[in-house]
Amino acid sequence: MFQNEMKLEFASKSENESFARVVVAAFASRLDPTLEELQDVKTAVSEAVTNAIIHGYEEKDGIVTIKARIDGNVLTVEVIDSGMGIDDVDLARQPLYTSKPELERSGMGFTVMESFMDSLEIESEHGKGTVVKMKKEFKSV
Amino acid sequence: MFLGFKQRGRILVVNMSGELDHHSAESARMKIDNKIDELGAASLIFDFSGVNFMDSSGIGVVIGRFKKVSQFGGKVAVINLKPQIKRVFELGGLFKIIKEYEDIDKAALSL
Repeated sequence: MFQNEMKLEFASKSENESFARVVVAAFASRLDPTLEELQDVKTAVSEAVTNAIIHGYEEKDGIVTIKARIDGNVLTVEVIDSGMGIDDVDLARQPLYTSKPELERSGMGFTVMESFMDSLEIESEHGKGTVVKMKKEFKSV
Repeated sequence: MFLGFKQRGRILVVNMSGELDHHSAESARMKIDNKIDELGAASLIFDFSGVNFMDSSGIGVVIGRFKKVSQFGGKVAVINLKPQIKRVFELGGLFKIIKEYEDIDKAALSL
């Protein structure tokens, strides 16, 4: 079974959102994905990284880490921050829930991740940070 | 993200190109709001033909502008959505309040 892994660390600046999603898409391209599968991954990564920057670090300086693995035809992506953490993960996962309505956030970030990937796990601790783990199986391999 | 503006009567046509994410959303919403105020536009058409990526930050931008113009009875239409963007629109429930049209003339007629 083909295996590969990578780790990426970058400053929690919004400029890096496009950089991060493009890097993960490039890593996943080994799986010979369809354009749609690749767009799904880019969109989900973009949502997780945006959450880390806006909510985890509240737009202050921090480091966002992405770990990605390929096992056969399954891509696993972890987006990790050491920010403030999510107090109520179940509430945060609800469609349309946002803790920052004043920023015109739609509250759809986790819903997008859930819909575009096959699985989504969130581990978070107040004051310690958040790990968002997503998996996607590539059908085209 | 690059934004171009065209006026069509009381309709403001916003031509967008590039990627609409959290990074580009802030300046996009400011530029569009300023243009609406400057021209006194009643309704909006978003032309997405040049947009090759959008995440849920884009939902906020579109709904925010919808709220702004609908206060005074205005409407919003969209054209040229690529499949990935259409799926984000669907997830965000945007088609309940905003319709997609085949071209700019049909969109303008609906407003």
